[in-house]
Amino acid sequence: MIEQNLRAPAVLTPTKANLSMTRSRISHIKERLIELVLLLAALSSVAITLAIVVILVKESWVFFQGVPLKDFLTDTQWTPLFDDAHYGILPLLSGTLVSSLVGLLIAIPLGTIIALYLSEFASFRMREIAKPVLELLAAVPTVVYGYFAFLVVTPLLQKLYPGLPGFNLLSAGLVMGVMIIPYVSSLSEDAMRAVPMNLREGSYAMGATRFQTALKVVTPAAFSGIAAAYILAVSRAVGETMVVALAAGMQPNFTWSPLEPAATMTAFIVQVSQGDLPHGSIGYQSIFAVGLTLFLVTLCFNLLGFWLRRRYREVY
Amino acid sequence: MQHPASFAKPATHSVAQIRAIIRKHKRWDLVFAGLGILALIIGVVTLAGLFIDLVATGWGRLTPEFFTSFSSRRATSAGIAAAMVGTLLVILVTVMAAVPLGVGAGVYLEEYAPKNWLTGIIEINISNLAGVPSVVYGLLGLGLFVYAWNLDHSVVAAGLTLALLILPIVIVATREAIRTIPGHIREGAYALGATKWQLVAHHILPYSSAGILTGIIIGVARAIGETAPLITVGAAVAIFTLPSSPFRSDFPFLSLEWLKEPFTVMPIQMFQWTSRPDQAFQINAAAAGVVLIVMTLALNGLAIYIRYRLRKNIKW
Repeated sequence: MIEQNLRAPAVLTPTKANLSMTRSRISHIKERLIELVLLLAALSSVAITLAIVVILVKESWVFFQGVPLKDFLTDTQWTPLFDDAHYGILPLLSGTLVSSLVGLLIAIPLGTIIALYLSEFASFRMREIAKPVLELLAAVPTVVYGYFAFLVVTPLLQKLYPGLPGFNLLSAGLVMGVMIIPYVSSLSEDAMRAVPMNLREGSYAMGATRFQTALKVVTPAAFSGIAAAYILAVSRAVGETMVVALAAGMQPNFTWSPLEPAATMTAFIVQVSQGDLPHGSIGYQSIFAVGLTLFLVTLCFNLLGFWLRRRYREVY
Repeated sequence: MQHPASFAKPATHSVAQIRAIIRKHKRWDLVFAGLGILALIIGVVTLAGLFIDLVATGWGRLTPEFFTSFSSRRATSAGIAAAMVGTLLVILVTVMAAVPLGVGAGVYLEEYAPKNWLTGIIEINISNLAGVPSVVYGLLGLGLFVYAWNLDHSVVAAGLTLALLILPIVIVATREAIRTIPGHIREGAYALGATKWQLVAHHILPYSSAGILTGIIIGVARAIGETAPLITVGAAVAIFTLPSSPFRSDFPFLSLEWLKEPFTVMPIQMFQWTSRPDQAFQINAAAAGVVLIVMTLALNGLAIYIRYRLRKNIKW
């Protein structure tokens, strides 16, 4: 190809010039066509988002024709498949909130400590080994974590606390917390490493120790990146499905106690889709209403995280 | 020479006192480094514990028959043949759809996209798509592929759903791989008269291929482990036969019938076995978990290896 390009302009008789003119016009059209195809590929991501919104809103719209929005937001029972049907999202929200809180109470402190350690204390080799190993934690399929929470962690917890039911939010949250550690640690560490070296050197020159520098110089400087990592973790925890579906049970339960079984929004969607619901029934539409709620909650967190990440990139 | 009064003050500390203060602060360095290692160990121990428990529980069931048997009411004669073949077929569809779309989008955003509002929207979009919970993609697949496009609960609907799910991963990996190619490669190609597409096809894509491949492998590993979206799309409860062969003896030798058949995949098989109350099936779940975890960790290991080789070999 390169050879052809080199040869082309060498000797041009008039006919050859014409030929090369048409050839360049054809190649110009080809170039524009390729650019258009690639643009369409890039636009497909926008199309996917639009499709998600359209489908969720379309089915939820039908759902909200039958269920007033006020009941949806205030009723404390969620029993769409019973004869005495109630459509209150609160029990699913409380389940989601409790399991996410337990998970975040594990993931955020551990993830932050690991990030600070790897970025400020660990040797180069330690970091090179620890980072990929930690990322494997996020690579294990979630259904395996679900199995682990349900059949290993719950029996262990039952030994410590005999009254614990077989399904509970606590073990689901704990396992989910370990699972999302890498989301916190990886992104926070990237933010900490983006802090310029001269800030640290300035701090050491003033006589600060490593720990003081890590806590009072690096952490504030990387704050928005760390916050973005936390928000990503929140959005992961809220959207996590298989761990809670297996370990926390699928019975909606309006509770704030992690020691009880409860369904999350995601677990409800899984439970309903497992059965064979007829297309167009209220049960079918209810999963889209729950899905829309879930999508809106995570969308808020995602946008906040995106904004924060963009800010920390611009600082240096 | 006159000293300001405040200048003389620190001298009230004796050298011994100052050393004591320094020692006290340095102790915190040690404490925190210990804490960091502890947090790392918690993550690693969980990963190891999970794997060891799965192997210890499921080892006895990992016989050749386990890989060649279909669903069964008796746990000891049930196997993962249908799930393995299903995973293979679904992932085939996923890769065929996600790779051209994702690489095309990545190339467009890095090499073609002008800096305007449209590009900005596409970028926010991709970052947001990466944070949408996977079960929401399942709802998209259910509403769009299964019902709007009438693909039914089939292999192709499942594969396309997973393709949308891993699209952001492929796009981001492509962009990062392209971004490492220095500008003088582009200038050199243009100086020799290459068109934009010639530059992309002859230089950008070959040089970034290893990085893109890493992204595709990570995406496939993620897709293999996804459970929730496929339950939502509607996986079959039990499958007793192999799907129709993709090859035929008569012209045109390739058959696409398998695309329309019902599907099940490895993680769904594991989920179904885990949620059965019968303990014999939970042993099957552990065995399936071992296979699943080995598959995803092997793929991730491969990706890490390629990335490591890449960083070692390429010096621009």
